Amino acid sequence: MNKFLWPLIGFIVLIVLLGVGLTLNPRDVPSPLIGKPAPNFTLKQLGAPDKTFSPRDLHGQVWLLNVWASWCVTCRQEHPVLVELGKSQTVPLIGLNYKELRGDGGVDMSRIGADEEEKLARERANGWLESRGNPYTLTALDLDGRVGIDYGVYGVPETYVIDKAGLIRFKYTGPLTQEAITGKILPLVAELSK
Amino acid sequence: MKRWLLPLLCALSLLSPLGANVQANEAAPLAANEAVEKRLLAISEELRCLVCQNETLAASQAELANDLRREIRGLINEGKSDAEIMDFMVSRYGDFVRYRPPVKSTTLLLWFGPVLLLLIGLLALFRTLRQRNRLIARDTLSADEAQRANALLNAAPTTPANAPAPHESAGPTP
Repeated sequence: MNKFLWPLIGFIVLIVLLGVGLTLNPRDVPSPLIGKPAPNFTLKQLGAPDKTFSPRDLHGQVWLLNVWASWCVTCRQEHPVLVELGKSQTVPLIGLNYKELRGDGGVDMSRIGADEEEKLARERANGWLESRGNPYTLTALDLDGRVGIDYGVYGVPETYVIDKAGLIRFKYTGPLTQEAITGKILPLVAELSK
Repeated sequence: MKRWLLPLLCALSLLSPLGANVQANEAAPLAANEAVEKRLLAISEELRCLVCQNETLAASQAELANDLRREIRGLINEGKSDAEIMDFMVSRYGDFVRYRPPVKSTTLLLWFGPVLLLLIGLLALFRTLRQRNRLIARDTLSADEAQRANALLNAAPTTPANAPAPHESAGPTP
């Protein structure tokens, strides 16, 4: 009896550890940016080509930054939830269009010049928003993905909650669900807005 | 000019075996500066690609890995030190991006877990060996006992009480 007891205990411990491991999401990398100032940037807007957007513009407000692109399949999945959120007008929702052309593996970038890239990106992103609804207060165009790197984006979609002082308070990786919005994001926004 | 230069070089390289070799070694689209590329390689081998998490940044072909290599190349050209470049990456993607994370409270198990397992294994081995030695000492016959056992075996009656079949030899069992 005793001879088998310890191997059995070891086995059960291993099974429990592996079982817990199965429930974790390896894509969920904790962001070191939580509690840090949202990196500043100035990017052209999608809707108004002659205007730019910078996080400073929203200083003093709680807002959401949602990273998306038209080539991103999971963005389609989360989009209806965002459209609902946009209709409610509870919180400014800023879109960061991430590498609209360069991120699309099907586009041969060597044939596209800089001017043409911006024009094509606008066409594609606007078309996508027209057909699926535009929940965004405005969208900033991150054509080369540099701003994405500053925000530690490693997969689209990602969503950040930024507080009145301009600090990143929360990051959600992957497609937003209604549960995540009502259960986590909106309560956090309400608390930060006090 | 570039358009015809490359095919020409390729064609020339085919003519000489040595040239072909050089072409094969330098097929990757490298920037002009070899020292920069060497440092880029050394740094990016220490970093994890966040898209293909079991690949280094040096090995990964993911789009993000390309961008990050370009970013690191830029930082090297700006004269940043290796430590500063590491900080650049860690401040964006966390310790997870490093294949050699720093020793701190959250990584203690990662660093010392294997040593702990080794110690537990050694302890178990030590105990098992000691137990076995004790068993061997207990079960070994003394000279006196051995002599008696041999005497009994040699004097074994040809037909014991619970005799087996006659054609079987009643040899000593281990």
